Amino acid sequence: MPRKKITISEKVEYLSILNEKGQLDKKLEPDIGEDVLLKLHRFMVLARKFDERLLNLQRQGRIGTFPPIKGQEAAQLGTIAHLRANDWMVPAFRETAAELWRGKSLESIIIYNNGFAEGIDIPEDRNDLPISVPVGSQIIHAVGLGWAAKYRQKDDVAMTFFGDGATSEGDFHEGLNFAAVFQAPVVFVCQNNHWAISMPLSKQTRSKTLAQKALAYGMPGIQVDGNDILAVFAAAQEAVQRARSGDGPTLIECVTYRLMMHTTADDPRRYRTDEEVEKWSKRDPLPRFQKYLMDKGLLSGDKLNEIESEIMEEIQAAVEGAEKQMAAFGDPMDMFDHAYAEMPPYLKEQKADLARELSESGEEGDHG
Amino acid sequence: MAKKTMVQALNLALQQEMEKDDSVIVLGEDVGVDGGVFRVTDGLIDQFGDQRVLDTPLAESAIVGMSIGMAAYGLKPVCEIQFSGFSYQNFHQIENHAARLRWRSQGRFHVPMVLRTPYGGGVRALEHHSESREAYWAHTPGLKMVIPSGPRNARSLLVSAIRDPDPVIFYESKALYRAFREEVPDAEETLPIGKPQLLKEGADLTMISYGAMMRPTLEAVGELKDKDGIEAEVIDLLTISPLDEEILVQSVKKTGRAVVIHEAPRSFGPGAEVVSRLVEKAFYYLEAPIERVAGFDIIIPSFSREKAYLPSFERILRAARKVLTAA
Repeated sequence: MPRKKITISEKVEYLSILNEKGQLDKKLEPDIGEDVLLKLHRFMVLARKFDERLLNLQRQGRIGTFPPIKGQEAAQLGTIAHLRANDWMVPAFRETAAELWRGKSLESIIIYNNGFAEGIDIPEDRNDLPISVPVGSQIIHAVGLGWAAKYRQKDDVAMTFFGDGATSEGDFHEGLNFAAVFQAPVVFVCQNNHWAISMPLSKQTRSKTLAQKALAYGMPGIQVDGNDILAVFAAAQEAVQRARSGDGPTLIECVTYRLMMHTTADDPRRYRTDEEVEKWSKRDPLPRFQKYLMDKGLLSGDKLNEIESEIMEEIQAAVEGAEKQMAAFGDPMDMFDHAYAEMPPYLKEQKADLARELSESGEEGDHG
Repeated sequence: MAKKTMVQALNLALQQEMEKDDSVIVLGEDVGVDGGVFRVTDGLIDQFGDQRVLDTPLAESAIVGMSIGMAAYGLKPVCEIQFSGFSYQNFHQIENHAARLRWRSQGRFHVPMVLRTPYGGGVRALEHHSESREAYWAHTPGLKMVIPSGPRNARSLLVSAIRDPDPVIFYESKALYRAFREEVPDAEETLPIGKPQLLKEGADLTMISYGAMMRPTLEAVGELKDKDGIEAEVIDLLTISPLDEEILVQSVKKTGRAVVIHEAPRSFGPGAEVVSRLVEKAFYYLEAPIERVAGFDIIIPSFSREKAYLPSFERILRAARKVLTAA
């Protein structure tokens, strides 16, 4: 009856391919088609410019509170790019770039962020769950979806997103455990952006990496430079293939940084230094990817200007389109929809009461 | 037709629905090899295999969360939470997702799942095994909350719950599991969710209850007839939410007097909602204040004292007589 070391043989990998200076590790460079590279780049620019415009709209009082994604574009696009339409995206709430990739319109995102349920507009041809606000609670849904796909003998996979803070939630542990036990085709994407509102990663966990938590559940975990889209892409490709071919789940930790506030209601200067933000700004995923594309001859200064001005026009049109749409919304009676498949009698009564109240006060269709 | 306990009747419902529809999946702790700690899922794994009957790791939130994912995919999961006292560990999955995915996706997805769980006192169980917290679920828009009162309606309601497009919390009284047998036909039988049942007509008083409390209620009704010559009308709610008050209102308009009985704590309990609806819709027909007979507003005591906690035949009888003799 000795006291001895139990050797845990599994290791956690770290992957970086394109560093912050835009230098490439040729040996690790993934084979990505030109069209995919350019599409990834376009969505990265779109997500960046749109995020900036949303912040602008919020500051002008034209939309409500929203969570900016600036700095996390590579982590989202490099992973989501591997999903087919039938695969399942199970987002948290800071995945605008991934949502855009999946076909969600700019208009609907503006509309949602301005307090209209009409913005919960899930493309009919995409298996995407809606945004999930209670931290970590969506993780386990991906396991149910993935398990169901496997049960139906489909090779669909489920990919779920969450942040570093979510790894402290019970649902993270339960979700990873269930996924591994049932060998569900799930890819867990942790966007470790270092901050859960004011809580730094160092106080969230004593764990050296978040990726290593996968090992305890018996699944592979990999930590990647989340601001390096090539590394994210390569890691996610392996994970999605693993899931699709029936070899079970993977945890990918994308080490990234939230360059902006948690939401527009938050003031990050209360808890972090400008120096830290400055340090991470230099690791921005966008310029290094642009340098890579330029080095490959796929992008030029002129071409970039052209893409940016196209995108600015697209965003402007979306803002105008959304504002026009929102002006036409406003029947509060719609809020009774989608409670149950069939409306119970007392709800019909409550709805009728509100209709009467509104018609008496002459406020119908006018709630600002 | 065979005489079955509630456990056997529920098992029949599961077995027949699983046979009929391969999207019905049973999952939970000890539901497979062990057949469930109360044996409700007994034999299902032998007939349907371990891909239809999933023994899960011990994690209530994940059992429910996984069910939500399965349901969004298009399956009809029936998960078992071993005791309702443990269902608070999955409360957020029900409140945040099961009950509102239809709304949160604006109709794109819905959650046709059933959460079965034993509730209530009277079986001398450990702490956290005896409470009656249906009000939590009934207060959540988007959910349905069903509580059968005997083997036959348990079977019919469970079939309806499995087929329902919305999430259903299905409370099974432990005290009733093996308390008595009823004829349960082999042929399919369903009961509509959201419709209380008139068990007995009467002109003098309306007795409204559900679940395990139907038995002492019916006992009291018999005593009132035998000793007092009183004909009580008896309504079994069966569905706590969505609560359809029509039959309750009609009854009270006729009798002018009502008693509501449940073992859940009195304050903010389902009885409060029933009384409110009656006051709103039948106030001018009332001959007496409505009485509630309920659990006290305390944690249900350890089992040596639970008999004093649970509404008894005597307590129900006393309340009925009070209502009958009031001005």
